[in-house]
Amino acid sequence: MIGIVSYSTYIPHGRIRIADIARAWKKDPAEVQAGLGVIEKSVPAADEDAVTIALESAKSALSAVEGLSPESIEVLFVGSESHPYAVNPTSTIVGELLGIGNNYLAADLEFACKAGTAGMIAIAGLIAAGQAKYGMAVGSDTAQSKPHDVLEYTSAAAGAAYILGRERIIARLLADTSYSSDTPDFWRRDGIRYPSHAGRFTGEPAYFAHVMGAAKRLFDITKTEPSDFDYCVFHMPNGKFPRQVAVRLGFTKEQLAPSLIVDDIGNPYSASSMTGLAAVLDIAKPGEKIFMVSYGSGAGSDGFIFETTGSLKKQQTVRQQIEKKTYIDYVQYLKQTHKI
Amino acid sequence: MNIYVTGAATTKFGELWGVSPRTLARQAAFGALKDASVEAERVEALFVGNMLSGMLGGQEHLGAFFAEELGLSIPAFKIEGACASGGLAVHNAAFSVLSGQYETVLVLGIEKMTDHKPEDVATALMGAGSEEERSAGATFPGLYALLARVYMKEYGTTQEQLAAVAVKNHYHASLNPNAQFCNPITVEQVMKSSKIADPLKLLDCSPISDGAAAIVISKKKKGNSVQIMASAVATDTLGLAQRKSMTELKATQEAAKKAYEQAKISPRDVHLAEVHDCFTIAEILAMEDLGFYKKGSAAGAVGKKNHLVINPSGGLKGCGHPVGATGVKQIAELVEQLRGNAGARQVKGAKIGLAQNVGGSGATAVVHILCKVR
Repeated sequence: MIGIVSYSTYIPHGRIRIADIARAWKKDPAEVQAGLGVIEKSVPAADEDAVTIALESAKSALSAVEGLSPESIEVLFVGSESHPYAVNPTSTIVGELLGIGNNYLAADLEFACKAGTAGMIAIAGLIAAGQAKYGMAVGSDTAQSKPHDVLEYTSAAAGAAYILGRERIIARLLADTSYSSDTPDFWRRDGIRYPSHAGRFTGEPAYFAHVMGAAKRLFDITKTEPSDFDYCVFHMPNGKFPRQVAVRLGFTKEQLAPSLIVDDIGNPYSASSMTGLAAVLDIAKPGEKIFMVSYGSGAGSDGFIFETTGSLKKQQTVRQQIEKKTYIDYVQYLKQTHKI
Repeated sequence: MNIYVTGAATTKFGELWGVSPRTLARQAAFGALKDASVEAERVEALFVGNMLSGMLGGQEHLGAFFAEELGLSIPAFKIEGACASGGLAVHNAAFSVLSGQYETVLVLGIEKMTDHKPEDVATALMGAGSEEERSAGATFPGLYALLARVYMKEYGTTQEQLAAVAVKNHYHASLNPNAQFCNPITVEQVMKSSKIADPLKLLDCSPISDGAAAIVISKKKKGNSVQIMASAVATDTLGLAQRKSMTELKATQEAAKKAYEQAKISPRDVHLAEVHDCFTIAEILAMEDLGFYKKGSAAGAVGKKNHLVINPSGGLKGCGHPVGATGVKQIAELVEQLRGNAGARQVKGAKIGLAQNVGGSGATAVVHILCKVR
């Protein structure tokens, strides 16, 4: 059986209140918060980027497994839509600094907000094929958004790393699936600083169609239904979409609540659903089942079913990282994100 | 006028992301031809009402474009007059038949807006405004908000009274299967919706929409034909700054005056009206400028039981506003109502209907009056 051996996240400490962004643009803070369902978002420090954030989460994921040497990691995929270089891989910088040697397969992945989960599926496949014993998938982003664009209220920064393997498993991967189509709801051309998006088109034909598509396929493959799961996790572009999709699929508020990191840190793109999964693993007991579907614009969703094992240790890292914060004002936010 | 609408059809209005303009055109045009029991080969000219195909889609030359799509090789024209493009296309088509040059013509109103980014659509729509107001950063919600502010100050009208227009039109739209919105709303919901341009809120504003409508106009009447009694157009300054009054749209008043003269009727004779409620204040202005109510009194009549039903289709607010299609859809709605075929939203005993289609913030107004053939 293949599964999660270890996981960890990193959330930058900087926070900006959505109300402060709204006030900068003369918007009604209560209206914006109610509209998006987000209260504050994480902001990277001036010297943090997708590499440093990926490294922070990857280091802790590796050190969380006793007796696993860094060289055991034979695959390292880093998914991001804010790789600092267009050409020059994030994954080798992270691999070098992790000290995993040279005998590993490295690649950067890009698929909007689901590049990290695509890495998880690919690694699970390599392990299943006997090509590797352990592999690490990282989702890391310092999400870009143009000032005054609605994305500015939610685009955040975080990283989440998962080591997958056949031994020392804390959560078994019971099933996975993917659902993809050519649906250009959100895009950024090479050399362009900020992404564009197609307004409300990002909802029904994009997020909902793909998340529901992958979710239904998972139910079909595994002959399961929402009540068979203890938790559900979805990509969180804002506070509304994951709540709506959970209701549409038949999950309860209680099944969804532990994963909802979006209210407190916004949408760290590739790290969104992976950090939501980490928040669930932090509190899950052995033998619990987790249903997870990511979403990446362009568009696609990866679906997973995990079952926790007796090796899962209780930790509260995601909650602690959410609570460890320093508020900054809008001008400081513009400085830290290199907009001024 | 001895000319008739012999067929009419409207597509579903809404965010039609999976439907192309060509498909919309075919649905509306062949729907109208089928309704008129006319073969496409009998159509002698095509008038296309459209505003944004060039600015948004890079496609002009729409006359030939849609003639080709419909398999026709006939004179074909794109008529552009901002949000009044559809009404202007109907006017041109009606007068071409009236001139005796054509016996049967087809009018197609069409717009595809939701495939484009909202900021691009807002910029393109401002092509209908004056250069000064556009370069000062004004948008149509902003311009109509100015009209609303002045009107409210002058007549003591409240935001809740404006909201009542949206509530009524959403209710009407909930009875219209082709409408973009099928959800009834409350005054409270309108009041709590996001501010767009104070005092106008999101639910005071018509949406960005896709859709098409088509009608067949002919010299010869058939069993279910509806007569065009009047077709009139008037214009005013593009910008608000040059106007003497901010509580009325002069173009609407003048087009209405001409239309009533052509039809030889008075506003009291009208049973239903499709008016241009791009924003809630616009319906209030229309109700007065068309002579149905005295200046300053229309807001109090909204939603009350009345001899006159306004916007039974749901209007622009409830049915949707694919700009080039709106003016043609208004006529298609009147045709359905006057034939008695409007189903759940049928205005009982409707014999005379009026349509008012506005371009910009009142720079173009088109008024049509239609009646049941006796």
